[in-house]
Amino acid sequence: MIINGAEHDGAPRPGQCLRTYLREQGCFGVKKGCDTGDCGACTVHVDGVPVHSCVYPAFRAAGRSVTTIEGLAGDDGLHPVQQSFLDAQGFQCGFCTAGLIMTTAALTEDQRADLPRALKGNLCRCTGYRAVADALAGRVNVAEPAPGAAVGADLGAPAGPDVVTGHARYTFDLDVPGVLHLKVLRSPHPHARILAVRTEAALAVPGVVLVLTHADAPAKLFSTARHEHPTEDPADTRVLDDVVRFAGQRVAAVVATSEAAAEQGCRALAVEYEVRPAVLSPAEAMAEGAPQLHPLSEGNVVAERHAELGDVEAGFAAADEVYEETFRTPRVQHASLETHGAVGWLDDDGRLVIRTSTQTPFLTRRALAVLYDLPEDRVRVIAGRVGGGFGGKQEMLVEDLVALAVLRLGRPVRHEYTRAEQFTSATTRHPFTVTVKVGARADGTLTALALRVVSDTGAYGNHGPAVMYHACHESIAVYRCANMRTDAWSVYTNTVPSGAFRGYGLGQVSFAVESALDELARRLGIDPIDLRERNVVGPGDDLTAPGDHVDDLTIASYGLDQCLDHIRTAAKSPAEQAPAGWLVGDGMAITMIAAGPPGGHYADATATLRPDGGFEIAVGTAEFGNGSTTVHAQIAADALGTTPDRITVRQSDTDLVRHDTGAFASTGVVVAGRAVLDAARGLHALLVAGAKGAALTETVLKELAARAGRPLTAQGHWGGSPRSVAFNAQWFRVAVDPDSGELRILRSVHSADAGTVINPLQCRGQIEGGVAQALGATLAEHVDIGPDGQVTTVGLRQYHLPTYADVPHTEVLFADTDDAIGPLGAKSMSESPFNPVAPALANAVRDATGVRLTDLPLTRDRIWWALRASGSAAESS
Amino acid sequence: MAEVISPAQVGQWRPGDAWLGGGTALFGEPRPHVTRLLDLTTAGWAALTWHDDGLEVAATCTIAELAASGNDIAEKCCHAFLASFKIWNVATVGGNLCAALPAGPMIALGAALDGTVLLQGPEGDRTVKVADFVTGEGATVLDEGELLRSMLLPAGSLRSRTAYRQGSLHAHGRSGVLVIGRVTADDGLVVTVTAATRRPYVLTFAERPGAELVQVALAERIPDDAYVDDVHGLPAWRRHLTRLYAEQVRAELAP
Repeated sequence: MIINGAEHDGAPRPGQCLRTYLREQGCFGVKKGCDTGDCGACTVHVDGVPVHSCVYPAFRAAGRSVTTIEGLAGDDGLHPVQQSFLDAQGFQCGFCTAGLIMTTAALTEDQRADLPRALKGNLCRCTGYRAVADALAGRVNVAEPAPGAAVGADLGAPAGPDVVTGHARYTFDLDVPGVLHLKVLRSPHPHARILAVRTEAALAVPGVVLVLTHADAPAKLFSTARHEHPTEDPADTRVLDDVVRFAGQRVAAVVATSEAAAEQGCRALAVEYEVRPAVLSPAEAMAEGAPQLHPLSEGNVVAERHAELGDVEAGFAAADEVYEETFRTPRVQHASLETHGAVGWLDDDGRLVIRTSTQTPFLTRRALAVLYDLPEDRVRVIAGRVGGGFGGKQEMLVEDLVALAVLRLGRPVRHEYTRAEQFTSATTRHPFTVTVKVGARADGTLTALALRVVSDTGAYGNHGPAVMYHACHESIAVYRCANMRTDAWSVYTNTVPSGAFRGYGLGQVSFAVESALDELARRLGIDPIDLRERNVVGPGDDLTAPGDHVDDLTIASYGLDQCLDHIRTAAKSPAEQAPAGWLVGDGMAITMIAAGPPGGHYADATATLRPDGGFEIAVGTAEFGNGSTTVHAQIAADALGTTPDRITVRQSDTDLVRHDTGAFASTGVVVAGRAVLDAARGLHALLVAGAKGAALTETVLKELAARAGRPLTAQGHWGGSPRSVAFNAQWFRVAVDPDSGELRILRSVHSADAGTVINPLQCRGQIEGGVAQALGATLAEHVDIGPDGQVTTVGLRQYHLPTYADVPHTEVLFADTDDAIGPLGAKSMSESPFNPVAPALANAVRDATGVRLTDLPLTRDRIWWALRASGSAAESS
Repeated sequence: MAEVISPAQVGQWRPGDAWLGGGTALFGEPRPHVTRLLDLTTAGWAALTWHDDGLEVAATCTIAELAASGNDIAEKCCHAFLASFKIWNVATVGGNLCAALPAGPMIALGAALDGTVLLQGPEGDRTVKVADFVTGEGATVLDEGELLRSMLLPAGSLRSRTAYRQGSLHAHGRSGVLVIGRVTADDGLVVTVTAATRRPYVLTFAERPGAELVQVALAERIPDDAYVDDVHGLPAWRRHLTRLYAEQVRAELAP
C-alpha cells in the first residue's frame, strides 16, 4: 500500500479497517469519531476517491494509493482547502477538521453547489457549521496580529496550522511502545449483584495479561464528577463494584496485547448475577417501597431543596392570570467527536502518568492520588488537545481503571471508548421534569412563581445535587419576583448516569420557565418581550432565588436591556417567504448565567520571558475548542505590550503550574484568563523595572533574558470570586408544515452580553456552536432507554446530530458592556448560548401553530402528532 | 476474524462466514461471530449490464456507479441513502438489499420497478421478486450459504413514468417513509411503500385509481402494525405520510 507517496509493506489483519491500519502506520490525523461510517472524521482518499476509512476493509487498499490529511498538501505549504479552513477558522476542537478538509478537497462543482447534501457525512459538534461554510466559500475571517490591538481582534487559534494539517495531537495521537489494550465487560442488567466472575477462560485467551474485577478494586467510594470541593458530589462509586446499578456499568476489565484479544477475553468471562428489581424513572424510584440503589442515601433521593421567598400563595391570590404546566426534557449525549479515553504509563522515575481526554487534569490527578494512596507528586495528568468536551469530560470515567491496570502491571495501558460506549456508559444531560406555576397582574408584573423540579441523576450522583441547585438559580433569579418557591429533587434511577452538560441544568429549567412566561404573556395580551422587560433584574438588583446561595454573585455589568432591544428589532423585521399552507410564528427567550461556579474555582498561571525575547504562558486549563488558548495569548499580549504571535501557551499538564480547577463552568476566560492577566502584568512590571526606562523592544528583552541568568517569570492566580453574570437572548421565526410536522427556521437571532469581547470571531463561533448544539437537543436528540433498562440509541444513526443541512445561519449580536470583575471587562460566553434556544423555538412553534409543546425534542413526527391532537392538522383519511 | 477469501465463490460458504460486499455495513459494527470473510467485490462482475429485457445490476455494483447510470428514479433512490456520497463509493447495491432495513433505498427501487434478484446457492440458482425478497426488518428469503448475485430491473419499468416522495425526521435524513408511484405499460398504477413499513408493500392498480381507491387500498393492504416503530418516526406519522405521499404520487402521475 502506498500511503502519502511512501510504500508501506506491513500486511493488514483480515478484519481490520483502513482507519486503524493507517493510524498504526503513524497517520494520526485519521480520526475515530464513530467507527460506523457516519461522522466522516476518518475520511481519506483511496486512489483519489474519498471514503470513510473506518468502514473500508484495509486489505482492499493493498496495492492502492492512500492519501490522508498528512499527505494532502505535497511539499509546498498548505493545500488550498487547508488554507481556506485556516483563513476562515473553520474549526473549534478540530477533531472533525481533517475529515472535513479531505471531503472538501474531493468535492465536484455540483457537490459544492449543494453543500447540505454533500456534507451530510461530516459531523461537527462544535461550530454549528457557519465557520465551515465560510471556509468553503473562501472567506477570510482571521486578522493578522498587530501591535497594541490584541484585545478585540479576530485572531486565529494558535493551534490552527496543526489542526488543518492533521498534526494536532489529541489523546491517542502518539506512539506508546508496548502499550496494552483495556476493554470492559459491561452489565447487561440495570440492577444486579455480581455473585461470581470466572476469569479462567479469559486468562487463557492468547494475549490476555490481566483481568480486573471488583476483588481487585479499592474499596474506596468516590464520585466520577470532578469539582474543586469533592463534597459537592456524593461518594457512591467504586472503580469496579460488586453491585451494578445500570445496564452498561463496568463489571470487569481485560487487558491484552491487542484490542481483539481484550474483546475476546471479555466475551470469555463468565459472570453470575443475582438480578435485583430496577427502577427506571424518578417516579418509580420515589415510590413507597421502591428498591434502593445506594445504602447511604435517603430513599433514592440524592438531594432535595424546598425553599420559599416571600409568600407564594398570597402572590398567586394577587394574580390576574395564573398559568401552570409541566415540561420535560430528555437525556442528551454530549457527542464530542473524540470519545472518552486515556493512556497511562510509569515514567522513568516510576511516577504514574495518565494522558487523557479531560477538562480537569488537576482534579483528576487529585482523585487518582486519593484513590490509590499516592502523594499528588507521584501522579501526573496530561491532556493533549481535547476533541470536544461540553461538560462530558468534567468526569473521571476511564482514568481510574487505566491507572489501576498500569499500577498492577507496570506497563503502558490504553482504554478508548467506542461510540456505543459513549451512549451506554458515559453520562448524559440530566433529564428533567419541571412543573411551573406562574402568576402575574394584568400589567404583566409577576406576583408569584413556583417550581417543582425532578431531575434524574441516573445510577450515580455525579453532578446530581450541583446541577439541581444550579438549575433552580439563575433560571429564576433573572426575574424580580417577590414570591418564589422551589421544590426540587435529584433522584437515583437504574439508568446510565447523568452528568455535567453545557448549561448545567439551567437549560432544562429555563425551557419550562421561559415557555410558561411566553404563555402567560399571551394570556395577558402582552408582548413576550415587554413581559420580560417589566420583570427582569436591573443593574444593582440582588440576584435571589429560594434557598441558600453563595452571595458573591453580582451584576458587574448589565447588557440584558440591549439584548432585549436586539430581539425587539429582529421581531419587527418583515416576514420571510414561507411555503403556501405553512404556519409562521416568532418566539423568544432569555437566560442568565453566573460567570463561574459558586464556592471557588482556582487557576494559577505563569508568564515567562524566553531567551529569544518571546513569552511563554503556562496555564492548567485544557483546550477543547473553547478557544481559551487564543484568548489567553491575547490577554497576555495586551498586558505585555506585544503581539500574540510572540506568545506561546503551554497548558493542561499538572507539571506546568501549581493548580487549576479545570475548564468547566464557563471559566476559561474569567478565571484562567484572569490568572493569565495577573501573571502577565507581574512579568511586565519585572521587565519594566529591569529595563530601567528603555522601551521593551525585542533586543532589550533578549538582553534582559540573558542578563537575568535565570528565567524571568511571574505567577498569577485567581480564586473565581466574586462573580458576575452574563445574559443571552434568542429569537426565532419559524414556519411549520401542518401536513408533515416539518419545521423550518426562517430567521435566527442571538444577542449576547459577554462584556468585553476579547476575540469576536471566536466568541461568535462559541455562540453559533451553542445554538446549533441546542437546536440538536431541541429538534432531534434523545437517548432512549428500553423497558429492560438498556440504552437503545447506541450510534449516530439512531442518535441524530445536527448536520450542515440542519443548522440555519444565526445572526449574532453583542451587547456593549464592560465588566467590573472579568479580565479586561470580559464575561463568560461558552455554556450560556445553549440555554435560551429550546424555549425560544417552542415559543415560536406556539406562535405559529397555537399549540404549546411541552416535551423535547420537537421532532417532525411529534409536532405533527401534537397538531393533530389539538385539531390543527388534518390526518389523512 | 482469521481469513479473507478473495475472490470468493458460491459453495465456499461455511458457518462463521460472511459474504463481503463493500464492507460498509459489515465493518460498521462488531461481528465477533464472523471468522471468515468471503469477498465478492473481486469476482469481476460487471457493475451494470444492459440486456434486452432490462438492466442487470450486479450485487457488487456500488451506489456511486448506480447513481451515475443516468436513470432518474435510480438516482433519486440513491439520494434516499442516509449515507454520504463517500459511502456510495464503497457500499454496494447487493449489500443494501441483503441488509433488508426498512429504509433500504435499493429495496425501494427494486420493488417499485418490479425488479427481481438472482440468488445463487449450493443448491442452484433461483429468481425472486425484490418485493418478496425482504420479509421483515433485517430478514430476507436468503438461505444459509446463498448469495445475491444481481438485481434485474425490467426495461419496461425503467422507461415508465415515476413519482417519488421521501419523508424523514431530518433534512437529507434517514427515510421514515418512501413512496414511489409508477405508471405501468397498460396504463395502470403501482404504488410502492417502503421505509414506513417493516417490509415493502406494492399496491397494483390495473387502471388509474381515484384518490379514494388508493386510500382504501392502503388502509386495507397495510395493517397498522406493519408500520415501523423506532427512533426514525412514530408509526402514526409514517402511516399518515404514506397516505399523504401516495395521494401526491397518484395526482402527479394522473393522465
